[in-house]
Amino acid sequence: MSVNKLLLRPAVKPLLFLLCLLPILWLVYRVATNGAGANPQEYLIRATGDWTLRFICMVLAVTPLRTLANWPALARLRRMLGLFVYFYVLLHLLSYSWFDMGFDVADIAKDIAKRPFILVGFAGFVLLTPLAATSFNAAIKAMGAKRWQLLHKLVYVISGLGLLHFFWMRAGKNNFAEVFVYAAIMAVLLGWRVRQYLVKKKAAAQQIRARAAI
Amino acid sequence: MLIKTNANGFHHETASDITSPSTYQGRRNLIKLMATGAAGAALASWAGRQAMAETSASGFAKPGKLAALAGGKSAVAGAVTMEKTTDYKDVTSYNNFYEFGTDKADPGKNAHTLVTKPWSVAIEGLVKQPKSYTLEDLIKLAPQEERIYRLRCVEGWSMVIPWVGYSLSELIKKVEPLGSAKYVEFVTLADPKTMPFVGSRVLEWPYVEALRMDEAMHPLALLSFGMYGEVLPNQSGAPVRMVLPWKYGFKSGKSIVKIRFTDKEPKTAWNKAAASEYGFYSNVNPNVDHPRWSQSTERRIGEDGLFAKKRKTLMFNGYEAQVGQLYAGMDLKKNF
Repeated sequence: MSVNKLLLRPAVKPLLFLLCLLPILWLVYRVATNGAGANPQEYLIRATGDWTLRFICMVLAVTPLRTLANWPALARLRRMLGLFVYFYVLLHLLSYSWFDMGFDVADIAKDIAKRPFILVGFAGFVLLTPLAATSFNAAIKAMGAKRWQLLHKLVYVISGLGLLHFFWMRAGKNNFAEVFVYAAIMAVLLGWRVRQYLVKKKAAAQQIRARAAI
Repeated sequence: MLIKTNANGFHHETASDITSPSTYQGRRNLIKLMATGAAGAALASWAGRQAMAETSASGFAKPGKLAALAGGKSAVAGAVTMEKTTDYKDVTSYNNFYEFGTDKADPGKNAHTLVTKPWSVAIEGLVKQPKSYTLEDLIKLAPQEERIYRLRCVEGWSMVIPWVGYSLSELIKKVEPLGSAKYVEFVTLADPKTMPFVGSRVLEWPYVEALRMDEAMHPLALLSFGMYGEVLPNQSGAPVRMVLPWKYGFKSGKSIVKIRFTDKEPKTAWNKAAASEYGFYSNVNPNVDHPRWSQSTERRIGEDGLFAKKRKTLMFNGYEAQVGQLYAGMDLKKNF
């Protein structure tokens, strides 16, 4: 059976849902069994941030992968992956607001003003929210495909903000190895889209010239 | 009348009130009592050494991993906090010791390559007689004391650790600094062969810290050789380090190989890395924020589980009564 046919089976979505929950289950398990080190709050804040970035990479990988491997069925999984980006960013924001800031709104506001990396992270969250809010079918119908696609292209900006957030957070200790890994992955995934755009532009220009020559 | 009876309220003990022989003869308890000085100073040090066999002066069990290093009761004001000490496991698995990596877990994993024997500390600069002390001579230079200090990291977390050591002033008095000596500088080992991250660009190596002379002479400034009744584990700065409880943790240099007396304010490691963020004094001060984060609260490691609220950070980490006068009249926002 082809991969594409497999991806179309009904069991795939619930299975993917469970797989996407595994990271948070694993984190909770580690904390509950004292396996999260001396500072479990810090561990949770950072780990949920890591998983947000990873799910962003997974979402960005859907279109290149389905195009290159010819698996159009992969597209039906992208919404779930996108919503899990939002799920993990919510956990990340919740961990920070609770463990670091004790839900003190005034303190959080001061932090956003004082720390550029918090500002950038918060901006990413704010931009992600309308994407999550318009993820269901009725929203696509209401907005129309073109406007919906334009809104959801914001994921490119959000990826950059997430990366910058992580970079600035690590800058104090010059600890950039992991940042570079994510940057490389995103560069490839976003670079593919740039290339697609240029290839399409070239093809369209050639078509115009071909028609004019007739 | 001096003889009291039931009528004037004397309560004759019943049999069940009388202390049982086993309890009375409970040697351990008695020793512990004596070790805390309750039975008189004359017996305290003897009892302290007996008690050291299994427990430390403040009564907790030694981790049982490293060689014992006994510390007696300290008479220094503020030297022993009553707060709960941090678990040894947390203290030794959550460290900033960048010579062994920048992750908190790195020193615990990587510091086994540190060689702590033989070890000597060179005394240099503006002293009467520059010399080198072996670790053994340094340990014997003054009576070891147990000091239970709060340690506050600039990053916003804190611990309570029972150190073993003696006041740096004991060493300073012995080496007789010249009148021109205004600062004391501490240099950490920077051996790329045994410390894999020496050479990483996050800091300049060797790691250098320093104090003003009056800070260095303060009784709370501790030259430490051990913790939890044992010698220091590698990741905590073996075999000898400073502990300055009223300053951010990075001021407490680890694995010291040189102590230099100088007349100019030394350039310290984190100040060189980011002068706008880390000053020479770096006294714990909830009113002076780090440029990138607030210093008004801290997380006490190991306290009350996952949902514990952060604590309010105290001025001079709670040692204001002892060290405040060192900074009288200073603008602490400018001299941060």
